Amino acid sequence: MFFTYLGRELRRRMRQASFIALGLAVGIGLVITVTAASSGLKNAQGTVLHSLYGVGTDITVTKAPSRGSGGPFGFRVQGQGGSSASRRKAGTKFSRSVLVAGSLGAITSSSVTQIAATKDVAAAAGALSATDLTVSGKIPTSSGSGGAPGGGGGFGGGGPTSIKTNTFGVLGVDVAVGRVGPLSSDKIASGKTFTPAEANSDVALVGANYARQHKLAVGSDVTVAGTRFTVIGTVAEPQGGTTTDVYIPLARAQSLAGMKNQVNTIYVAAASAADISAVQQSIKNELPKATVTTSSDLASQVTGSLASASSLASSLGKWLAIAVLAAAFAVASLLTMSAVSRRVREFGTLKALGWRSRRVIGQVMGETLAMGLVGGIVGVALGYAGAALVSGLVGPLSATVGQNTGSASPGGSQAFGPPGGGAFGRLSDAAKTISVHLTAPVTASAILLAVLLAIAGGLVAGTFGGWRAARLRPAAALAQVR
Amino acid sequence: MYLLSGVTKTYKKGRERVPALRGVDLVIENGEWLASQGPTGHGKSTLLQILGALDRPTSGSVAFNGQDLAAISESRATKVRATSIGFIFQTFNLIPTLSAQENVEAALVPLRIHSGERRSRAAASLTQVGLGDRLRHLPSELSGGQQQRVAIARALVKEPTVLLADEPTGNLDEGTRDEIIMLLEKLWRELGLTLVLVTHDSTVARRAQRTGLMEDGRLSVDGARAPMT
Repeated sequence: MFFTYLGRELRRRMRQASFIALGLAVGIGLVITVTAASSGLKNAQGTVLHSLYGVGTDITVTKAPSRGSGGPFGFRVQGQGGSSASRRKAGTKFSRSVLVAGSLGAITSSSVTQIAATKDVAAAAGALSATDLTVSGKIPTSSGSGGAPGGGGGFGGGGPTSIKTNTFGVLGVDVAVGRVGPLSSDKIASGKTFTPAEANSDVALVGANYARQHKLAVGSDVTVAGTRFTVIGTVAEPQGGTTTDVYIPLARAQSLAGMKNQVNTIYVAAASAADISAVQQSIKNELPKATVTTSSDLASQVTGSLASASSLASSLGKWLAIAVLAAAFAVASLLTMSAVSRRVREFGTLKALGWRSRRVIGQVMGETLAMGLVGGIVGVALGYAGAALVSGLVGPLSATVGQNTGSASPGGSQAFGPPGGGAFGRLSDAAKTISVHLTAPVTASAILLAVLLAIAGGLVAGTFGGWRAARLRPAAALAQVR
Repeated sequence: MYLLSGVTKTYKKGRERVPALRGVDLVIENGEWLASQGPTGHGKSTLLQILGALDRPTSGSVAFNGQDLAAISESRATKVRATSIGFIFQTFNLIPTLSAQENVEAALVPLRIHSGERRSRAAASLTQVGLGDRLRHLPSELSGGQQQRVAIARALVKEPTVLLADEPTGNLDEGTRDEIIMLLEKLWRELGLTLVLVTHDSTVARRAQRTGLMEDGRLSVDGARAPMT
């Protein structure tokens, strides 16, 4: 009798029932779409962060450059190179190739060991982020400012075409610790990665893009700071990220840059996500002058359309979904109460026949629950469609991380890889922009949420209607007929 | 069967208090047919609702089979209606979305009878009132007289001891009215029911054993009970 009565009644009020179900479906569909988009944006942010400093890295440690070292961009030229340009005659050709560290300060390698031994640290690896700078051309004819010994300027005078520069990014990586650091998320596209035995070898990995541009393959030679390295593998582009141009063993990078036993970035993996804050504090205590940045610190500095979309989804999107759902619940409740009012005689008759109030209420709630469940099913379908639209129509989103002016501000781009851009742009440590495609996955938890919302919608509407029905006194209900 | 003592019922309409029943005393014997007659709005239906435990009096007692319907709880009153009292209404009050058989079955739902038995008892009850071939018809597919027959079948399917009919022929034409009254009389005789019928129609009232006149909330009943013939 229960289901027979329920089905017949919903069929009689098909239009109204469909309206209620559709309203709930739209609200639920919107909740699922927003949830899926938020989930996708979170995944995209994770991808961005991982591409910057690798999967498994929870904390990075950098340091501001000390006063007076290098120029305004922290430019230091040390180590190998040709004789001073001031001893050459004007018009003489020259070429000089050096490996320069970015504007990050130096950290001793012993700090890496110290951090690795810290409580709740799973692994720590040092790296040297640098730029290979090749300057070539003819000595200018005018006196100009001359060359600043060991300095970054001195290229005044002469024609604008007399001096050429070429740069590419170099990252010295600790070949013994593979599971933390920027190379940990990169996949080897061809060849092989470093082995611990190659810690002091002149072997290199090149980024896939760089290899394509310069026609490099496994077995090719690449010159870093005047030293020839053999390419043993190429590194594929991580999704939404970029690779460094050339990776060489840390010890070789330190030697070429004249920074023996020094690094300028330390990548740290905590034992668990819950330990990150404590590890961060421990490292700050051990290295008071260092900048210790966690993934959440970095996430807060991500700008660009990805950040805007995340903000939009979490604020406007969330509240819009809640508002639509609340409106759907309210409409369902009002329509149910209205339907109960129209059935006063019917319920009065049932009570006269001996039906208990709870049986009558149960009938009303059964009808609204059925509408809610239909709304939930349609809502899930709408949610899937909405998520698919988001995935299909939203173009690539950009994420820009930090911009460094010479000081090691937290999350500065050079903390996570060699600077990008060409020529002196590299040395100015421009902000790093990553493109990522947004997907909006509909998760099992989102579907479960939809089902719960559907049931809640039915119960809320049924409660109002049932309350109305329960208050009916049979005599009063039947008297309304007259 | 029924013993009413000093029953009053007063309704509130805003600030005004409207007395519907003013001190009604009444005895109804088992198996008796009492017709309550009178102008509209003088308390006939109110009295019927109190007899049927659909409403409670403002004061007084309504003894029915050893219990005071004026004092029992709502759940007990519901049980009394479910098991002992059958109702027939002027406007039939059938559930429009249920078939004739399902409407009759609705009266058996509170008794928690198995669905198979419900169906067979409903079919038998409809056959008894001459609608054995209309089991699956919806109320909208039945005439007024047929709908009232379904209502009678619904009232009787639970084998009540009392049948209360509130203007059962009020919405019917003359021919159908006679059919329904004859059916009620037949069932009253065959089943030994106690039948209380409210009507404004003298023709209908005359067929009862005893007639009461409701005027301005007061009931005067003629003392003699016509013998059952």
